[in-house]
Amino acid sequence: MTKKIDVEVSALLDKLVTDLTPLLAVNPVIIGIHTGGSWLAEILHERLAIKEPCGSLDISFYRDDFSRIGLNPEVKASNIPQDISDRHILLIDDVLQTGRTVRAAMNEIFDYGRPASIRLCVLVERKGHELPIQADYCGMTLDLGQDQHIKLVGPEKLSLVVGGLVAGDNQS
Amino acid sequence: MKPHLQYTNNGNLRHFLSIEDLQKETLQQILTTADKFTQFGQREIKKLPLLRGHTVVNLFFENSSRTRTTFEIAAKRLSADVINLNPTTSSTSKGETLLDTINILEAMHTDLFVIRHAKSGVAELIARHVPDHVHIINAGDGQHAHPTQAMLDMFTIRQHKGPFNELRVAIVGDILHSRVARSQIHALNSLGVHEIRVVAPNSLLPSQIERLGVHAYNDLQKGLDGVDVVMMLRLQKERMQHAYIPSEQEYFNLYGLTTESLAAAAEDAIIMHPGPINRGLEISSEVADGPRSVILSQVTNGIAIRMAVMAMILGGEGNG
Repeated sequence: MTKKIDVEVSALLDKLVTDLTPLLAVNPVIIGIHTGGSWLAEILHERLAIKEPCGSLDISFYRDDFSRIGLNPEVKASNIPQDISDRHILLIDDVLQTGRTVRAAMNEIFDYGRPASIRLCVLVERKGHELPIQADYCGMTLDLGQDQHIKLVGPEKLSLVVGGLVAGDNQS
Repeated sequence: MKPHLQYTNNGNLRHFLSIEDLQKETLQQILTTADKFTQFGQREIKKLPLLRGHTVVNLFFENSSRTRTTFEIAAKRLSADVINLNPTTSSTSKGETLLDTINILEAMHTDLFVIRHAKSGVAELIARHVPDHVHIINAGDGQHAHPTQAMLDMFTIRQHKGPFNELRVAIVGDILHSRVARSQIHALNSLGVHEIRVVAPNSLLPSQIERLGVHAYNDLQKGLDGVDVVMMLRLQKERMQHAYIPSEQEYFNLYGLTTESLAAAAEDAIIMHPGPINRGLEISSEVADGPRSVILSQVTNGIAIRMAVMAMILGGEGNG
């Protein structure tokens, strides 16, 4: 069974830009989680007019299910161009559900240095937390069934896909 | 060797024994994975948690400092616990058999054995003996295979020369005794290089070597003509009791890689050597230390390749 959501990604981004603007006071380093989070990080980085380059993380080497499912053959290299010690990190992902990806990302970040703080920003937060991890900034919350999945597709035109249907699709 | 020995039922890499019988996709995945592992040098903590809690035993029945060291560094970068054993100086010299040694170490919950042995086929023998959750990497067996060396060579070629399909590669030296050459030839063929040449006197060429898909040359100048990659082999002095060559000086005159003999190769050809180098025997110092030599980058790449193979073998274990 699929569920259609009617939502514009650009509207969510507008909300996030507004919510994140006060954070500019601490000069944050933006890091996106590959792949959806990296697309969002690039956009937010530009809209918030942050000068330093943004980083990206592929957390494949830090996943907690490595010994069960092995290495992702598509793993990309992580790239954090600046020293993050004592910096405030704004970590960005597309969807927060279990929190396991974010845990892995935080583990990897600490191998680059000791940040002053990490804040989490996601486009969509959905039920199903398995770890004590919540978003500090969130475009929207969604109540989806356990067998449903949601993902961000892009990067040319970002859209949210739920259970195989494209959100915003006018088909009724 | 049956292909399934190196793969699990689900097609994951289970052991890494020989390039032969591995799928091209597996070789490509090793290269791609190693690529990612080369990029941890600039981080504050040069360690990944992938093999945390796993035990790797380096079991070297034959001496090797560079291969053992890079395996050790690779396992440690992946957070494994590493034990180095040199059984010639311990239990086997007291009469314990090879498989007894393995059983004892296995009882200590070893997950992965990295094995080097002077006899061909030992790694495979052990791989057939161990239970499913124990894995074997061949770090060189007799004159048979040295697959991680071949893969680090492939990685170095790709890094310096780009795609394989247009490259001409010459392997020069003691082909007869070289497990490195055998593994290199299988890997180069599988990855689809344009041409593989082997260059050596007849006394150092295995009979019917051309069956492996290579062109054999006795003349160094002709063999090097226009090649993009020159892979030198070590002249294995310890295996030379049987007068394979008239004299070391004559060998160097005919087959030694020097600035003069190298002139036949392509202008931007790279020079490789698995080490240790016999300077003035198979290669001159001028060439070994020259700008086209990538010998040290082979050593560095050995770490990333060994990390990739270990991660691919130990990841996804619970999945069959």
